[in-house]
Amino acid sequence: MQGLDFSIVPEYLPLIGKGLWWTVVISVVSALFSIVAGMGFALIVLYASPLVRYPVRLFMWLFMGTPLLLQLFLIYFGLVQIGIDIPALWSGIIGLSLHFAVYNADIFRAGIASLDKGQTEAARSLGFGAWQTRFYIVVPQALRNTVPAVGNMMIALLKESSIVSMIGIAELVHSAQLVISETYRPFEFYLTAAALYYVLNLILEAVLRGIERKVELSR
Amino acid sequence: MTDVRPMIEVRGARKFFGPLEVLKGIDFSVARGQIVAVIGPSGSGKSTLLRSINHLETLDGGEVWLDGVQVNQTLARRAFEKHINSVRQQMGMVFQHFNLFPHLSVAENIAIAPMKLKGMAKADARALALKMLDKVGLADKIDAFPARLSGGQKQRVAIARALAMQPKVMLFDEATSALDPELVDEVNLVMKQLAAEHMTMVIVTHEMRFAAEVADRVIFMADGAVVEEGKPDDLFRNPVQERTRSFLKKFLNG
Ligand SMILES: Nc1ncnc2c1ncn2[C@@H]1O[C@H](COP(=O)(O)OP(=O)(O)O)[C@@H](O)[C@H]1O
Ligand SMILES: [Mg+2]
Repeated sequence: MQGLDFSIVPEYLPLIGKGLWWTVVISVVSALFSIVAGMGFALIVLYASPLVRYPVRLFMWLFMGTPLLLQLFLIYFGLVQIGIDIPALWSGIIGLSLHFAVYNADIFRAGIASLDKGQTEAARSLGFGAWQTRFYIVVPQALRNTVPAVGNMMIALLKESSIVSMIGIAELVHSAQLVISETYRPFEFYLTAAALYYVLNLILEAVLRGIERKVELSR
Repeated sequence: MTDVRPMIEVRGARKFFGPLEVLKGIDFSVARGQIVAVIGPSGSGKSTLLRSINHLETLDGGEVWLDGVQVNQTLARRAFEKHINSVRQQMGMVFQHFNLFPHLSVAENIAIAPMKLKGMAKADARALALKMLDKVGLADKIDAFPARLSGGQKQRVAIARALAMQPKVMLFDEATSALDPELVDEVNLVMKQLAAEHMTMVIVTHEMRFAAEVADRVIFMADGAVVEEGKPDDLFRNPVQERTRSFLKKFLNG
């Protein structure tokens, strides 16, 4: 048995740090996309004409029913075959964004549906049009009310982002693997990666709590 | 100015909810600067009538006119949307449950419509909000959020929000019936002040005393029809119809 030796870790921290950086970039960008796209899907499902609504619902249903890894492979390896060549990084971001957008859409749809009808009526009675009412009154409130649920999704997204290592993106898990293939020290470096995920999670949770507190003030 | 054209005119208003006929052909008009109170038992169609004036409910028959413009005219969808939004900007509505926007401060609640619908600059809209809040006695709450206000304060902000669009008429749907009794007066006071300024108002209410005090005319509705209407003195003291008499008796004794 080989003894544990963490003194080897600092030497490889720059490499691990790079991976950490890409995990953060990919997660933040995907989180933002997944929220914007999720709200878009929710609005389409609720308000768009059937011609747009049904294809989107079919797409959402397909994305909910299949694993993220398969979706990533499809986007990165599959689309090339029909002439759509998306670089790995963007494939990863698109896959993560769409995967979580679908879940966010469901949360937003429920959040919008649970808003008091009086909110819309008050806006319409002032002279706001249907889409103005959604934009200024409905969407901001739905966003606020769903901070906890969407926040949980974003915590999941951060962890699931490691799956993009499977299409060769050098994020945190991937860089840990690289280091391990050089050092043969899986325990030390997987544990280092795990600790870093844990720290990221703590930061994300603190941010979410901050947002929640801010939202609470206006209730 | 002798403008005899009514500010609001409702002709033969009919409305069904499924098989239920809620408005059975209602006619009434409100002159410029006039205050009409609508009373009647719960479920008689008062809210539905009020809400058809600004087209929150779509009538199945009849016409609604505001200042010479038909509110429920037949237009292509987009044209109608444009038309109704501009008509609604000229009518303020106050709801039983206030319906303030909880994500916006008091100032923003009042300023958002003038800003987004009339293109008013932010600073001007805030000044306008302050002016309207002054009117309802809540200038000190300009940066509060609705959740921090009492029911009476919420309703006064809701009135200020409607007034900020400088409407031609104000529609009140039981503005005080969700309030604790001790908060009713502060809202009534604001409405009386509007009356003194000759705002045209339709007030659905279950407060007979307030109706008698503030209204030029009272309409008594029952079962989707106008049973009787007249000056408050006449209608409250000498109701002609048996329905009116029994309704008032119940109310005054209860
Ligand atoms: N959206 C609706 N759908 C079905 N029935 C309704 C709806 N709104 C009101 N009603 C019915 O219409 C009748 C009149 O209601 P409403 O106008 O609210 O009366 P009021 O304001 O005088 O109490 C009631 O029987 C009520 O149950
Ligand atoms: Mg009612």
